[in-house]
Amino acid sequence: MQLSFEKSVAGRRTYVLPAPDVPKYELPAEMRRTLELPLPEMGEPDINRHYSALERRSFGVNDGPYPLGSCTMKYNPIINDQLASLPGFTQIHPLQEIDTVQGCLQALVEAEKFLAAVTGMDRMTFQPAAGAHGEFTALLMVKAYHEDRGDSERTQIIVPDSAHGTNPASAAMAGFETVNIPSNEAGGVDLDGLKKVLGPKTAGLMLTNPNTLGIFDPNIEEITALVHEAGGLNYYDGANLNAVMGVARPGDMGFDLVHLNLHKTFSTPHGGGGPGSGPVGCKAFLAEFLPHDMPIARKGEDGEYVYDLEVPEKTIGRVRSFYGNFLVTLKAYAYALRLGKAGIRAAALTAVLNANYMAEGLRDYYDISVPGPYMHEFVLTIEPLRQEYGITAMDIAKAIQEKGIHPPTMYFPLNVKEALMVEPTETESRETLDMMIEALREIRSRVDSDPESLRQAPRTTVIGRPDETTAARNPILRYTEPEAE
Amino acid sequence: MCAYLPSTEAERRAMLEALGKESALDFFSSVPAEQLAAAERVDLPEGMSELELSRKLNGLAAKNRQFAKIYRGYGAYNHYIPAMVDEIATRQAFVTTYTPYQAELSQGVLQTIFEYQTMICQLTGLDVSNASVYDGATAAAEAVNMCLERRRRHVLLSEGLHPQTIETVKSRFQYLNVEVTLIPLAESGETSVEALAELLDETVCGVLVAQPNVLGIIEPAAELFALAKKAGAKSVLSINPIAAAILPAAAEVGVDIAVGEGQPLGMPLSFGGPGLGFMAARQDMMRRLPGRIVGQTTDAEGRRAFVLTLQAREQHIRRERAMSNICSNQALCALRAGVYLTVMGPQGLREVAELSLSKAHYLAARLAELPGWSLRFDGEFFHEFVTDAPISGEKINAVLREHDILGGYPLADGGMVWCCTETVTREDMDELVNILREVG
Repeated sequence: MQLSFEKSVAGRRTYVLPAPDVPKYELPAEMRRTLELPLPEMGEPDINRHYSALERRSFGVNDGPYPLGSCTMKYNPIINDQLASLPGFTQIHPLQEIDTVQGCLQALVEAEKFLAAVTGMDRMTFQPAAGAHGEFTALLMVKAYHEDRGDSERTQIIVPDSAHGTNPASAAMAGFETVNIPSNEAGGVDLDGLKKVLGPKTAGLMLTNPNTLGIFDPNIEEITALVHEAGGLNYYDGANLNAVMGVARPGDMGFDLVHLNLHKTFSTPHGGGGPGSGPVGCKAFLAEFLPHDMPIARKGEDGEYVYDLEVPEKTIGRVRSFYGNFLVTLKAYAYALRLGKAGIRAAALTAVLNANYMAEGLRDYYDISVPGPYMHEFVLTIEPLRQEYGITAMDIAKAIQEKGIHPPTMYFPLNVKEALMVEPTETESRETLDMMIEALREIRSRVDSDPESLRQAPRTTVIGRPDETTAARNPILRYTEPEAE
Repeated sequence: MCAYLPSTEAERRAMLEALGKESALDFFSSVPAEQLAAAERVDLPEGMSELELSRKLNGLAAKNRQFAKIYRGYGAYNHYIPAMVDEIATRQAFVTTYTPYQAELSQGVLQTIFEYQTMICQLTGLDVSNASVYDGATAAAEAVNMCLERRRRHVLLSEGLHPQTIETVKSRFQYLNVEVTLIPLAESGETSVEALAELLDETVCGVLVAQPNVLGIIEPAAELFALAKKAGAKSVLSINPIAAAILPAAAEVGVDIAVGEGQPLGMPLSFGGPGLGFMAARQDMMRRLPGRIVGQTTDAEGRRAFVLTLQAREQHIRRERAMSNICSNQALCALRAGVYLTVMGPQGLREVAELSLSKAHYLAARLAELPGWSLRFDGEFFHEFVTDAPISGEKINAVLREHDILGGYPLADGGMVWCCTETVTREDMDELVNILREVG
């Protein structure tokens, strides 16, 4: 398909703005751009068709099931987007006088209260724009906490080998050294391995529970207690909270800090990669280190709440401008309100039921990395098929595309060979789960009968497998006009 | 009861039965019983119908004050958003799709990002762009990270950067053995060339300047960056993307990296987010760019194909040695920016810039005529300027509110930063001046 630049015709345009009603101001010549500005020149009808064509070449949750492990691609309710588009939210300047933004602040304060209760935390900031940003924010708080106590020798963050890559990357950004620990056979934290690395240098542990193999760690209380005894803090990576929200709380598991991915657990759309939101919750003893600004509520003389902003006493500083991805927070709050206590719990229970139902349907066809029961996801390993038939996780994933299903997460977690991580979520119906099971069974049957069809997959999409090696070796990262002949 | 669950109670029971379980709670045998009990005791409201939810959020929106006319900028700008932007950016396949790791299913999204990257390169005149980061402040922090070298760990930030950008950079590097020093502004409101010359030495890795700066002044960027280059430091310019249509392009003033807040490109004010952090750099810094990047390649049949590329820089491959921890970015906002720039085109974007520039100069001249009022700086400005007046900024804004006008941003020192965009008319500005004349 052509790029907008290739459809551009000099002089074509869409007239959007009125003629000037004030004298034209001329900047001095040395303050004027001389470089050409070759943006596309197109009329509105063609722009509209251009994007319609691009939309058809995209695949969202609305187009089909999306069992992308650890990404929680649940349905994104339309009402949330619609309410977040109210002009009473979108037309509000972030630096308006505080008494003119009471609705925005109230939404933030109420969302904080709701999500803090769900996670078992006391305070929560919505500043972080994504999960990784939340990790970084929380680790700055861990650092600030130890420094504040004069405990500056605590330089190590412990991360299991099944963790997301963001964990060690965030630790490095906050000035920590990462200590990796292996998982045990059941996919949980290896207690002896943990004990071996705990000590006076331990600043904290970052843990995803349930972990990326879909297992709720049965030793969770012992793990967090061991870290506390060593003087470290426990950090909960909320990537997989969808399995346990309303059923168990990180705060009760012994965690001191948590980040959530509102774009996973709380249904805000992924938008092709963002905007997300990665709020950080903490126990009361860490609240003085939160980033600024923190929205707060005060009871006025008339008994009504008045909302304000506050800078925590020993704040780690600011992690981005203004108040985070506010509209995303709003959508997540709308979702939380709609579900309420019972709905949140029902969502988690159904997500877990759906995952186990799918795992059971596939058990006789594929190897699953660890025995169940699973939480919200499970991990297939294609390694035996690779050894016997040369079929890889990639081949299976590409064949799934031909069935109108988005593939599971490939090659993650790293501690499973040829991994395919499946997370159906609670918003898929039984027929859809059956359809996915049937699709994967049919693909399995072709591993012996017609492996070539898997290696050539996908054959029904607008392109076949792209040449990624050439893309990385000879990067073309923007359009350039062809040289005139 | 739970909204958005398609399966019925009976279906779920049948599925449980098929798995030999009585309740979904049976899957939670690893969770200690007292934890399950504690979660059940949590005090949370019951769910709402869609109608009740709509009522509740409309109520919250109504508690905010929306102004008919906005003269406040200072990091968030009220530009007109063409109808096409909202229409296209709310199409469901764009809204509900994941990061395009599965290229075959995601050519559309990948192409929108590739087009966005190209347009950011065109605006800045630079060679490579990434697929976006969180906002302008974090983009500046990422740029600092790109400049750091083992022996050069001192970064100079112009005081003309937005204060929140400065704060964000400081928190980002507080534990990484990086020294951050501010370059003061001269009386003209420009970053002081003399002060920069004095601060530069062989420890400085990067110099960051905003164009225009937070007080609206157009910076002598070429002069500042010539000094930086001579001292072996990288040059980073934080640009307003609308101003970029008419001010010298980043590449024309010798920058290595250009960053900025993309909110003016088709994103509403939204109480400050989501916006868009854009980043572009010279070719030689390509592999130091953080975050996702889309590249062009082909499939086996030779068809043009787009993919996420250069992933060896990223956290999921490199873990603790990654350039940055970023994965989620602001893709849908980048799509908005792409649609905005395509609808406006080069001519339209220049018009937005020219109108903002001319209106700001019209208002500045009219305000300066008021008794006791003056413009604080003589330097050239884009669409923001600072006034000093005989009455306080708070007082001015209190009066303007009565007329449904959001006045300028009051500085702590009593000055006021005004902003004009194409959204205000001459009539509006005359009305504003008349109101202020009567306040005295």
